[in-house]
Amino acid sequence: MTHHSLPMPITQDQVRALRVGDTVTLEETLYGIRDATQIHMFDHGRRTKFNLQGHAVIHTAPNLRKVERVGNNHSGYEAVCVGTTTSDRMERFTRPLMEREGVRIIIGKGGLRDGSLAAFRDLGGAYLAVVGGAAALETTWIEAVEDVDMDDLNPESLYKFRIKGFGPLLVAMDSHGGSLFAKVNDEAARRRQAVLEKLGAA
Amino acid sequence: MSLMSKTEIAPLIVEAAAIEEAAKLLYIRACKILPDDIKAGFTRLDATETDATAKTILATMIENIGVAERMDNLLCQDTGIPIFNLLIGRNVAVDGFALKEAIARGTARATREHPLRSSVVHPITRKNEHTSCGDRVPVINIDFTDADRELRLEMIPKGSGSENGSFLQMLIPADGLSAVKRFVVDRVIQAGGKVCPPTIVGVGVGGTSDLCMHLAKIAATRPLGSRCSDAEGATLEAQLSEAVNALGIGPQGLGGDSTSFAVHVETAATHITMNPVAVNIQCHSARRASATFTPAGVSIGF
Repeated sequence: MTHHSLPMPITQDQVRALRVGDTVTLEETLYGIRDATQIHMFDHGRRTKFNLQGHAVIHTAPNLRKVERVGNNHSGYEAVCVGTTTSDRMERFTRPLMEREGVRIIIGKGGLRDGSLAAFRDLGGAYLAVVGGAAALETTWIEAVEDVDMDDLNPESLYKFRIKGFGPLLVAMDSHGGSLFAKVNDEAARRRQAVLEKLGAA
Repeated sequence: MSLMSKTEIAPLIVEAAAIEEAAKLLYIRACKILPDDIKAGFTRLDATETDATAKTILATMIENIGVAERMDNLLCQDTGIPIFNLLIGRNVAVDGFALKEAIARGTARATREHPLRSSVVHPITRKNEHTSCGDRVPVINIDFTDADRELRLEMIPKGSGSENGSFLQMLIPADGLSAVKRFVVDRVIQAGGKVCPPTIVGVGVGGTSDLCMHLAKIAATRPLGSRCSDAEGATLEAQLSEAVNALGIGPQGLGGDSTSFAVHVETAATHITMNPVAVNIQCHSARRASATFTPAGVSIGF
């Protein structure tokens, strides 16, 4: 169980050093991505202006307030509340996100499936669990909404966040085949019979 | 025979403008302050949890409740599908149509003026009007109560992660109650961490298909500590609460004892050939707010 502090972006070696059960705090840059963003990127062939090589994305669609585009704020937004969403819906985008865009880390809640675990192994990636529904706290780790792309999809645009001390996050899926979600699912399946017997419903 | 009877006392009249203000206030308040019964539920789970990772996750959730209140911010980024329950007591005069419009106006104003993320889109074009409103949304459920000169408006921002954990099965009588129990256990396993545990698992038993699903929603959004008014339903919910927490799914599906605050059951009579069961899940951010209008004024609560 190691704690890693990672200024983003990172290399393949850095992501392969992460092991299930480790904790991670991210610094500097984080991208926000969602269902519609990835449907447009991978099903409708849209390309982003951002270079996501080596970066982390979080499954999110934030609450935002419109502000003036001044100084380093190229998005015209400030964060009201930024949290995370259920990752499972976006399972099929993990591999293309890594292959085409070079993403190294996916952050979300509820976990991803075997296809993503294989992509993490093949290409070098990891899934970090953030506590879903703890968005007020998570928002305090966001310094600014620096930039935005594909904003016709608002609130499911592609966001560039400047972050400070984003974590601790739990390494829940790694590049060595480890998945806490698979472990818990297997355990639940193992306990099912005894639970049903106690209910008189086996 | 007269179609109208004279009432002895002046009825309670609630203006549409007051409903609009209440709808706006309740949507924002519900997103920010968790009900006391849910907070107490966290305290209870934290005291009994034995898994170290699960303890850490529960601590983060409890910290988040405090951060949201101190910073006057939203508990969760998901502003949900707005649901309003309108409970109309006796001797209450309402213009029902105006009231429905007022609820939608209040919802749209909360979205624009706070601002809140509009999480509502057209189901086919996926176009977002940025009002949290659309065809038949907000969802408005209307019922009548025996409370004299009282009108109650309840607001529930129902998050999608848990709402996607909704299941219906039209079981048959030969399947028995054991199939109902298996269905609930198996759907909780299937939902895993996707529904943001610890959850409230709402179970509907009986009725028609649509009523059964609605019962599950009523059950999922009922205060913790409340019990099914049907004795058989109350026994079933106690058994199922123990069962789902023996699966080891835990907070966020990362393992532990605290899979659910509770399983709640609601029942309705059903057909001799039917045995329907439905599951609707509420996440740990089990948000509610309410406004109660009486001749004395309006009181805000959960």
